[in-house]
Formats: sequence, structure tokens, C-alpha cells
Amino acid sequence: MIRLTTPISEDQIRQLKVGDEVLLNGKLVLSRDMGHKYMKENHPDWLKPVLEGMVIYHCGPVVRKEPDGSWTFVAAGPTTSIREEPYQADVIDFYKVRGVIGKGGMGKKTSDGLVKTGAVYLHATGGAGALLAAQVKRVVDVHMLEEFGSPEAFWVIEVEDFPVVVTMDSHGGSLHEIVLAESQARAKALMA
Amino acid sequence: MSECTIPTLTTLEVVEQKSVLPADYKADMAALKGLDLLPPVLELIRRASSRLPQDVIDALVKGRDAEEEGSRAFNTLNDMVKNILLADGHVTPLCQDTGTVIFWVRHPYGLSQHQAKEQIRAAVVEATKRVWLRPNCVESLTGKNTGNNLDPFHEGHPVVHFEEWEKPGIEVAVMLKGGGCENVGAQYRLPDVTIGAGRDIGGVRKCIIDAVVKAQGQGCSPGILGVAIGGDRVTGYEKSKEVILRKLGTANPDPKMDAFEKAITSDLNTLGIGPMGYGGNTTVLGVHVEEMFRHPASFFVSISYMCWSSRRRVMTIASHGEVSFD
Repeated sequence: MIRLTTPISEDQIRQLKVGDEVLLNGKLVLSRDMGHKYMKENHPDWLKPVLEGMVIYHCGPVVRKEPDGSWTFVAAGPTTSIREEPYQADVIDFYKVRGVIGKGGMGKKTSDGLVKTGAVYLHATGGAGALLAAQVKRVVDVHMLEEFGSPEAFWVIEVEDFPVVVTMDSHGGSLHEIVLAESQARAKALMA
Repeated sequence: MSECTIPTLTTLEVVEQKSVLPADYKADMAALKGLDLLPPVLELIRRASSRLPQDVIDALVKGRDAEEEGSRAFNTLNDMVKNILLADGHVTPLCQDTGTVIFWVRHPYGLSQHQAKEQIRAAVVEATKRVWLRPNCVESLTGKNTGNNLDPFHEGHPVVHFEEWEKPGIEVAVMLKGGGCENVGAQYRLPDVTIGAGRDIGGVRKCIIDAVVKAQGQGCSPGILGVAIGGDRVTGYEKSKEVILRKLGTANPDPKMDAFEKAITSDLNTLGIGPMGYGGNTTVLGVHVEEMFRHPASFFVSISYMCWSSRRRVMTIASHGEVSFD
């Protein structure tokens, strides 16, 4: 098990390999469909200090507003990442993001982007909404809540030992491709 | 995060203390017309969203213990078990995607389906306010969220199936089916030359293997498959969801189909896809198959994929008004 704290350097990221299990600490920034389209099309400068060296989390959380006005994450597992494929490589490169957390893996364009910029794709356990919310220590900030609504806003959270697996690394490796090829070969044998 | 979790859900006494129903609650079955289903259905949703059925937990634990301790597959299944215990203890949703909410209502003659549907819809709105459900109903083209989980045209969400039966009691089953697993469902039309599937049980087997390989980990494996052979395009898919309500580990009443289910389950678990597609021996927790009748020209195989977080609950209102949950 490897422990990493954000912000993460390119050097630290280049050492990670497909299959590594990582516990993340520090800040994560949530963003999904609307946020990615906005980042790619507008390249807003105000996000630069928020995202540099950081990790983006593909997640539309269930949040609760407390009586004192603060926010609590109730359920916060990963959403399917492939929807961000048209935007991800550009976002990673423009903002120097070091990692993306989601589920299901991503495509060739993102994989090439990870190699170029020095970033990794981190897979979280889908469906583990309660467990992953329990690793959120506090909600630091939220941006674009009014404009995007709660599941799509840029939530900035602080996490402790947030469990993820490196399934796409910065050297072009992809666990998804390996498992796909092996399972296709096995299926062929089963169907022969 | 590495300690191995032995799953013990909170006791039924604790669940009942947290119930939205008063301890002495009884439905007035003598006046079916005036029956208010809202309170018991709200409790049904609470339990479905936060507490996984014991048979699913047992299957996940069995899967975990069949993986090599310390492997990615083992750790992932262990995290799933921990998640189940947390959600149950805190009465929070197991997953932030609380899914499409699907009901099956079976009732005696005399119940107003119109009223029952309104009450079920009101229960869904209340469950959304209480954060047991995420607002999951958006306008298709604009993506605009209705915010309360209701489709204003009463067509899409929540889904409510009614059936009148001859028993005196009422049964309401609910399933919360997430978008990720719904997206990897598949319908085949046999014969299918692309996978070499003919119009027989061997062809059905090929469809199932093909669907699971295409799904990889994207339906949040290990999944539970519901398979309907036959029907038309609509009834086949409907049936494929309904069979997921059957408890894991219970036998298919048709002995031949039961043997088929067991054989295809072990075949699928040799594919190596594993939990979340990380690789491993636990790709599916079970496969439930039902054969329907069909039009002579059509042969559909409809497959619904349910994620490992198989949120389903059944509520029974007995003829004397007592409410029980399973």
C-alpha cells in the first residue's frame, strides 16, 4: 500500500505502476460532465491554483447541508469516467492535474495524455458510496454550486486514506486493457 | 483499510427502532379503498437504500474468501463489505447512485391502483427529501433535473408495476437499480451470427458470456444477472429485472434451468474480470434465468445486469394489516 498526499509531484506520479494500491490524503477536487465541458471550452484561470498538482474525482455526491450551513458528504463513490474522454487529456495538461479518480477506466486519448503530462488514472470501488464518504474529513470549498447544481459542482474536499487502485499509469499501461484481452481470450475458449 | 471485516448487520431491533412506522402500526386492510401506502413504502425505501439483503452479503463474503488474501480482488470485496456495514449503521445510501426506483405491487381486488401510485410517488418524494434517494430523474434532452425524483408525466419514474392476485394481502417489492449497471444490460436476437449463437440453450449461454465480457467491471462487478429467454422486447427486459428479486442461493424451480444457472455461474467466474474489473475469481454472484413463451419468429435473450450493491426489499401487508419486511 502506497500513501500519497496532494499536491503530488510529477516525479511521484511517474513511479506509480498499473496495479499499485494507493491511499490518498489531502485535497481532491470533484468534477464530472458539466465541469469538464466548462474546463475544456473556457480554460478558466481561477481554477489553476485549485487544480495544480491535484487529483480530480469523477463523483456526483449525495450531500447534506447542516443547520450551521456547512456541508457533509453522505455518499460519494465514483461515477463512470469514460464520459469525460473528450475533455480529460486537455484538462490534465492545461491545469497540470496529476491524477483522475473514477470508475470503469478511460480511452486512448486520456492514456496518451497521462503519458504526456505525467498523471495517472485511479480507480475507486464503485458502489462504495458510504465507505468513501467516511474517508472525507471535511468539505473545504465548493465552486459553481449555483450554476451546475450539487452533483456537478466543483467540491473541494479533504480526504484521509482514500483507497484507490492505479489502473492506468503514466507509461501507457492499462489494467483495463489487460483484463479485457485476457477475458476475451477465455470467453473464446468457453464459447468454442 | 486492510483488516478483514466480518460482516454483522445491526439487529432487527435496531432497524425497527429507526423505522418510520410506529411500533404498533397496522394497515387498515378492511378499507382497501382508503388504504394509505405512503408510510410503509417510505420505510421500504429506507431499508432498500441503506441495508443490503443478507443473501447478497453472504455471496460477497464467499467471493472475498475465495480470493487470495491481500490481493486487489480480496481488498476490493472487503471494502464492499465494509461499505455495507457503514451504510446500515448510519442509515445512509449504500451508493450515491440510488438508481431507478422500480416497484412491483401485487394486491387483492379492491385496491385503487391510481391512488396506490400517487402514494408511492409521494413516498419517493419524501425519501428524496430525507436523502435516502438522490434526485435521479432528468429531462432527456436538456438534462434538467426535476429535483424530486418524479417524472411529471407518470411514465418514467418511479416505475410501478401492478398485478392483481387472489391472495388477501399486499406485496410490494422494490429495486434500486443504478445507471452504471443498467447501461451494460443487453438484448440479443437469436440466431446471432456475430457470436455464433443459435436458437437453443447453447445460444443463450453464448449471449450471457458475451454480455459479461462486454460489461467488464463497468456494471460494478461482481454482478447478478437476470436473464429472460423469449417474450417480446419489452416483456423480456421486464422479466430479466424481476428475476433479480429472487434470493441468491435459492434454487430455480425448474431443475434443468437450475443446473444451467449453476454451470454458467462457474463458467463466468473463470473469465478473470473480477470485482470492479481489477481481475479475480469473482465476476458474478449469481445468474437467474427464466424461460418465457415467444412469437415463433422472435427469439430474444434479454439480460439485465445488477451491480454488487443489489438493493432490493419486499414488504408484505398481511390480511390482518401487519407489515413485515424481507
